[in-house]
Amino acid sequence: MLGTFEYFVDQTINGLTLGSIYALIAIGYTLVYGIIGMINFAHGEIFMIGAFHALIAFLVLGLIGITWIPLAILIVLIATMVLTSIYGWTLERVAYRPLRGSPRLAALITAIGMSIFLQNYVQLLQGARNKPMQQLFSGGIELMREGDYVVTLSYLQIFIFLLTITLMTVLTLIIHRTSLGRSQRACEQDRGMAALLGVNVDRTISLTFVMGAALAAVAGLIFLMNYGVIDFYIGFLAGIKAFTAAVLGGIGSVPGAMLGGFLIGLIEAYWSGYFTVEYKDVAAFSILVLVLIFRPTGLLGSPDIEKV
Amino acid sequence: MTVAAGIVESAHPLLDVEHLTMRFGGLVAIDDVSFAAAPSDITAIIGPNGAGKTTVFNCLTGFYRPTVGRLTLRRNGQEHLLERMEGHHIAQAGVARTFQNIRLFSQMSVLENLIVAQHNKLMGASGFTVLGLIGMRSYSDAEAEAVELAKYWLEKTELVERADDDAGNLAYGQQRRLEIARAMCTEPALLCLDEPAAGLNPRESAELEDLLLFIRDTHDVGILLIEHDMSVVMEISDHIVVLDYGQKIADGTPEEIRKDPAVIRAYLGEEGK
Repeated sequence: MLGTFEYFVDQTINGLTLGSIYALIAIGYTLVYGIIGMINFAHGEIFMIGAFHALIAFLVLGLIGITWIPLAILIVLIATMVLTSIYGWTLERVAYRPLRGSPRLAALITAIGMSIFLQNYVQLLQGARNKPMQQLFSGGIELMREGDYVVTLSYLQIFIFLLTITLMTVLTLIIHRTSLGRSQRACEQDRGMAALLGVNVDRTISLTFVMGAALAAVAGLIFLMNYGVIDFYIGFLAGIKAFTAAVLGGIGSVPGAMLGGFLIGLIEAYWSGYFTVEYKDVAAFSILVLVLIFRPTGLLGSPDIEKV
Repeated sequence: MTVAAGIVESAHPLLDVEHLTMRFGGLVAIDDVSFAAAPSDITAIIGPNGAGKTTVFNCLTGFYRPTVGRLTLRRNGQEHLLERMEGHHIAQAGVARTFQNIRLFSQMSVLENLIVAQHNKLMGASGFTVLGLIGMRSYSDAEAEAVELAKYWLEKTELVERADDDAGNLAYGQQRRLEIARAMCTEPALLCLDEPAAGLNPRESAELEDLLLFIRDTHDVGILLIEHDMSVVMEISDHIVVLDYGQKIADGTPEEIRKDPAVIRAYLGEEGK
């Protein structure tokens, strides 16, 4: 079984599912790093809050009797993105903006502080126990079969891939085709100059946090639907893995974050499938160390251009 | 109150700088400088290195908050107090600027550099991105208009062929012209140019002079010019302000400045002592 092609395909599907989650979170790290040059270590917690919002939204919809699943998922998706974005916006406004001019270390420590704060905030409000959710839809398409071993692509996985690809497409369009995207890229290169051309830099930065948070919220929703269990601590590991993905792809590069996310997902899935599940985190973080040693700019990143 | 004869004919100049003072700790970079710039005039600010010329620009464009002083911009009957405004509001009020060391968005295309400068119009028309993403008519119209304006300035600065290249890949003289084109795309009332002729060869300097005169005459834009190249300054300025050690030492037409003993002293040193 272990050596068959079917097993490999199965692991690839698992890896891409996991990779979707990492990629969506990693985009948030990379967007924020691109525009203000800080690592928002509280971003993993935004993802966790997104997952909680999704769970609460599902429960509320169940209570008021909306049970048609496509509609329920659509409402939950929108509600989760909006509510989590508010957290992302507030985080920037309250914790990071006052420190905009201060040394990088101050912002970094604040981010770590906010991460701990948000974890405890959710723990207090929601309790420390695991929160389970029933599976919304089952079944799938049988891709191939080898004796008893069946490789299926579940409907849930199809949904996850479609959702992820759609969001990535929309994000790419925003960045390259809209006025907001242009001003984001302008702020990335020279904030002072962008302001002199009439770009509202503060608002552009706020919207960048909002975009990152909205994508992390979707990652939270996917996590919830895929694993069915969440707790207040899921943001830590997922956040660091996604950060690894962003660094692997080249921090600051959006296509890099997407690629890095899927790569980390695949590496983890293959490692768990062929070696041992216990060491899957070691595998992912070894990648981080190796990238930082041998290719600090990541796969798609460009060398940092010294600003005048 | 007397105004130097023949310089500022109207009682409402485009820009009024009154008692501008900028201190950095104990260092006084600008000391009680007042001058006015008329609309559709080229006003040059000259002076030896360290006289405080660029500091004046930094105060005008919100990079520094003046220690003392009032900076009034008048446009369409409205008065804007620049010293109290944030950078992007100053730009919206009608002040555009270029830098001594070129600050283009070097990883964006030439055309995009000019479109970013029209950000405010587009942001409004795009319904803050959402409508633009769906491809609403109003947004695509606004974008087409923005491209038209960009094209106009690309033609004026002879950069049409380079429109799709990254701004960072242009030759030095082209980058200088693109900075001016970008500033003009914000549709300013006052254009502040910090040493636009620096590093240009004589032919490029002559082209720059023509461009500035064209902007002044056809677009009704007041130009504030910092420049070390005296031939450029004397040829195109309507009005010159001379600074030395942060103080204004002279203010007048090019002919007056040329003869002014204080200016000659500042540039050439004391004579016969």
